[in-house]
Amino acid sequence: MEMVTRIGKFDHDDDHLNLRLGLPGTSEAREKQAPSLGSRTSNKRALPEDAEDPGSNSKCSRTESANADSALPTKTQVVGWPPIRSYRKNNTQSTVMKTPQSDVAGGNNNYVKVSVDGAPYLRKIDLRVYKNYPELLKALESMFNLTIGNYSEREGYNNGSDYAPTYEDKDGDWMLVGDVPWERLRIMKGSEARGLGCA
Amino acid sequence: MLRMASSFPEEVLEHVFSFIQSDADRNSISMVCKSWYEIERWCRRRIFVGNCYAVSPRMVIRRFPDVRSIELKGKPHFADFNLVPEGWGGYVDPWISAMAMAYPWLEEIRLKRMVVTDESLELIAKSFKNFKALVLSSCEGFSTDGLAAIAANCRNLRELDLRESDVDDLSGHWLSHFPDTYTSLVSLDISCLGSEMSFTALERLVGRCPNLRSLRLNRTVPIEKLANLLRQAPQLVELGTGAYSAELRPEVFSNLAGALSGCKELKSLSGFWEAVPAYLPAVYSICPGLTSLNLSYAAIQSPHLIKLLSHCPKLQRLWVLDYIEDVGLEALAASCKDLRELRVFPSDPFVAEPNVSLTEQGLVSVSGGCPKLHSVLYFCRQMSNAALTTIARNRPNFTCFRLCIIEPRTPDYLTLGPLDAGFGAIVEHCKDLRRLSVSGLLTDRAFEYIGTYAKKLEMLSLAFAGDSDLGLHHVLSGCENLRKLEIRDCPFGDKALLANAAKLETMRSLWMSSCMVSYGACKLLGQKMPRLNVEVIDERGPPDTRPESCPVEKLYIYRSVAGPRFDMPGFVWTMDEDSSALRLS
Repeated sequence: MEMVTRIGKFDHDDDHLNLRLGLPGTSEAREKQAPSLGSRTSNKRALPEDAEDPGSNSKCSRTESANADSALPTKTQVVGWPPIRSYRKNNTQSTVMKTPQSDVAGGNNNYVKVSVDGAPYLRKIDLRVYKNYPELLKALESMFNLTIGNYSEREGYNNGSDYAPTYEDKDGDWMLVGDVPWERLRIMKGSEARGLGCA
Repeated sequence: MLRMASSFPEEVLEHVFSFIQSDADRNSISMVCKSWYEIERWCRRRIFVGNCYAVSPRMVIRRFPDVRSIELKGKPHFADFNLVPEGWGGYVDPWISAMAMAYPWLEEIRLKRMVVTDESLELIAKSFKNFKALVLSSCEGFSTDGLAAIAANCRNLRELDLRESDVDDLSGHWLSHFPDTYTSLVSLDISCLGSEMSFTALERLVGRCPNLRSLRLNRTVPIEKLANLLRQAPQLVELGTGAYSAELRPEVFSNLAGALSGCKELKSLSGFWEAVPAYLPAVYSICPGLTSLNLSYAAIQSPHLIKLLSHCPKLQRLWVLDYIEDVGLEALAASCKDLRELRVFPSDPFVAEPNVSLTEQGLVSVSGGCPKLHSVLYFCRQMSNAALTTIARNRPNFTCFRLCIIEPRTPDYLTLGPLDAGFGAIVEHCKDLRRLSVSGLLTDRAFEYIGTYAKKLEMLSLAFAGDSDLGLHHVLSGCENLRKLEIRDCPFGDKALLANAAKLETMRSLWMSSCMVSYGACKLLGQKMPRLNVEVIDERGPPDTRPESCPVEKLYIYRSVAGPRFDMPGFVWTMDEDSSALRLS
């Protein structure tokens, strides 16, 4: 099972693309951090992409499935169909083009696909290699040659960074990397994988 | 003479009964007369509870005071496919707590699809001095801390099997909790764990347990280290490798091949995570004796598979990915005449177009070439009535036939009609069929065939099939031995269910999700059938906030002597006998 992480580019000049920390639809001050509402309760930040902005050049679709990099068209996934156990889904090597690959998606290796707005192809990283968020962010920065900067709970990555790393959680919401404690993120992998795998 | 029964010494009867192990026979014995019931219940040592909510721990303990081995199953089978929401139930804690006090000599606990906690594992470790076997199959809710308690305290442990469980893997350190004096391990399956363990601790454990027969490693054990372990345990009968890939290095290969050739008893291989073809030949030396091979996590292409299988004439069980393709299955049919069980899993199930050349032809080949084949699980993308009929005629000895055509409602690709006749042929010819899963485009006629012919059928799985209640009615009224029925996304509603309500008491359980059973019908069923637990699972909120005619999301009905359970989460409602009275029209 694969998770997709997206790095969205900020355009500081345009208010609509800035990280919104308030309720969606309200004109909120950037400093205020209020939990965003949704049908699910959580302290989720509203994302810049929530706003309709023709200027945004975000290419990734929200409904990326585990086969986003497959050359073949994917079908709409029905929950629990085909009837394959989550354990098997999480542990089957994914291969494209009929060649066995040495890396494994999902499961205990915690490989995650990373795409960057504007980059021509995705990369894969193994979350298990990193012990904490700063290490992960440094790796992303060097891999994609961009700046993400430091995470702050209040402002996210707003302090001078060009990019903000986000990921899609089991509810299908785009979350900012760093909100959830590192250990919780690792543990969530199992349940997230289950939820995403069958959405 | 009337006193004959009591003049026959109890001890003799007990001795005779000790040769009777099957539950069905034990149940029959207990019904002969009161004294046999009494003798039997005192000497029954092994209990199987197919649905943990069908009976309460207290009832089991009251009837059987001296049990040594218990097997419990929790969640419905469709939980494997995420159809049962988190928190539904299946908690083992009440059982462990009760047994900790009642069965101090308990030796074996086998659980499937249950929620286990670290507290329970610690209680097991403390309470049962002669504890020997813990098998947790598709369980969840516990961490490696619980395993550490088992390792540290169960001096006589023989079997620790975590197959496919979802373990909160905090660290690999738990393995080091087996004391140096511990030497009784016979079977260890830790393939589902993700953390790296101390290899030295693992090696020492394996080295000091001379009775170790079955070892299933997790993928963090690299292929380079496998040889070391094998040399410590050449008596292994079953091996699950760790990660089976590395750059091809001659010394690693020859070391592994050498170590494997020393394992003269090896009959079963599994694991092969991330397998690369280059290292497959290392197993060739033991292939002639191999009876079971699980390559279903290995993305190996058919030419390599064919080569490997050609070395395995005694193979009885093969689990493989669809990379094997039709050509590989044809080769399998030629090389492995002793094959009994085949499972072919899809490598890329969410892709619309086929990514491999595996069709119905593969299954036709195997059913034609393998006279002992009786159990099949086959995922494919196309099927025809003609093929199914050929398969049925070739192989009337199927006991388990599970076919999954990946796209729901796929018709016969030759005629573009339903696959009714094909499955009809399967049930007609395979008179001993006990388990069946159908797929593809099916009308009520398919269910008419099933009801008419599948007289020995015990478990049936349906999805996206049928036209009307008649379909369900055929199954419920025709399949005399049906125990478990699971249905999803079929147009079955109230009529068939209510008309066959009595049938449900003869079954273990019925699952229906995304069908058309109304809340009103559920209430009626709950009212009329006190020995059934009718559970409505609905995440939209309480069903009485919607009209009674509104279909419920999911329905789980099971017979029980324990009455309704009390550990239900907020999205499950049990329809009680004394729930609000229905207004009779």
